[in-house]
Amino acid sequence: MGLESEIPVLTTTVEKMVQWARRSSIWPVTFGLACCAIEMMAMSCSRYDIARFGAEVFRGSPRQSDLMIVAGRLSRKMAPALRRVYDQMPEPKWVISMGSCASIGGVFDNYALVQGVDQVVPVDVYVPGCPPRPESLIYGIVQLQRKIARQKLA
Amino acid sequence: MDATALIASLQEGVPEARFEPAASIDLQTTIYVSRDQLPAVARALRDRPDFRFDFLAELTAVDFWPREPRFEVVYILVSTGRRARVRLKVRVPAGDVHVGTVSGIWPAANWLEREVWDLFGVVFDGHPDPRRLLMPEDWEGYPLRKDYPVQIKMAPRTTEALQVTEEQFRASVEKDRLARR
Repeated sequence: MGLESEIPVLTTTVEKMVQWARRSSIWPVTFGLACCAIEMMAMSCSRYDIARFGAEVFRGSPRQSDLMIVAGRLSRKMAPALRRVYDQMPEPKWVISMGSCASIGGVFDNYALVQGVDQVVPVDVYVPGCPPRPESLIYGIVQLQRKIARQKLA
Repeated sequence: MDATALIASLQEGVPEARFEPAASIDLQTTIYVSRDQLPAVARALRDRPDFRFDFLAELTAVDFWPREPRFEVVYILVSTGRRARVRLKVRVPAGDVHVGTVSGIWPAANWLEREVWDLFGVVFDGHPDPRRLLMPEDWEGYPLRKDYPVQIKMAPRTTEALQVTEEQFRASVEKDRLARR
């Protein structure tokens, strides 16, 4: 960006502009599966206040969302529904796998649960913890913002 | 009412059934009922004025594998009028996992029997809606059996069967379009 003298105008490239807009308004879809969702709600509320990073608007519809935070263990029966919500989100879209269960199955090494949501949807950021504290999830979202800022348009 | 008094009273109502008092750690009246007469016994327990067990509080099963008979189906009945409880147990052998349904006697048994069928594979003869309750509908095996491979590794299914056919979908879209005009 160059600041021209006397004229109140900033110049930049379209790519930088789009990257800035995308990373500054990540709207997550409301998708809580288990106890991690409690920490996700805490992250969006006033004490941790994810609005500081432009990601506070949890949407009730996947059509208006950019980010899916898989918060909790994913049962085998839920996997088609999760994939369906992901497919309904418009591009570009990102996925955060929150917590041990979503990432690798956690303590639930059994027939009923999917051992890692990356078998169902492509994951951009894994947040470890059981459950992760809201700070961890905020860090995950900031990591995702750094990733989006590097994504080329073409 | 202790187990022997209950059995004596039940025996005159359902003479062809066989009963047996059962040990229980919590002092709750517990009896074994022969499998073939279970629906008749259940009906007597609900309808006779000295029993009036009008509420089926719980219906579940236990797998005692590798012991034989392998399964026990457990019924916990409550009489809200008499403030009494009783526990019925039915032994089910591994080779013939069938029990008569009681869903016509207590409607609460409908989903409980579906759950027991889903997780233990106990077939309830005469059940009006014998579908799986908790597991996916195309699931194979009964996960709460002792010999089930709990840590089995399978790829997850990510698609589900279509809820409507393409013709139904198009008809619905067309109907919606006409309604908006």
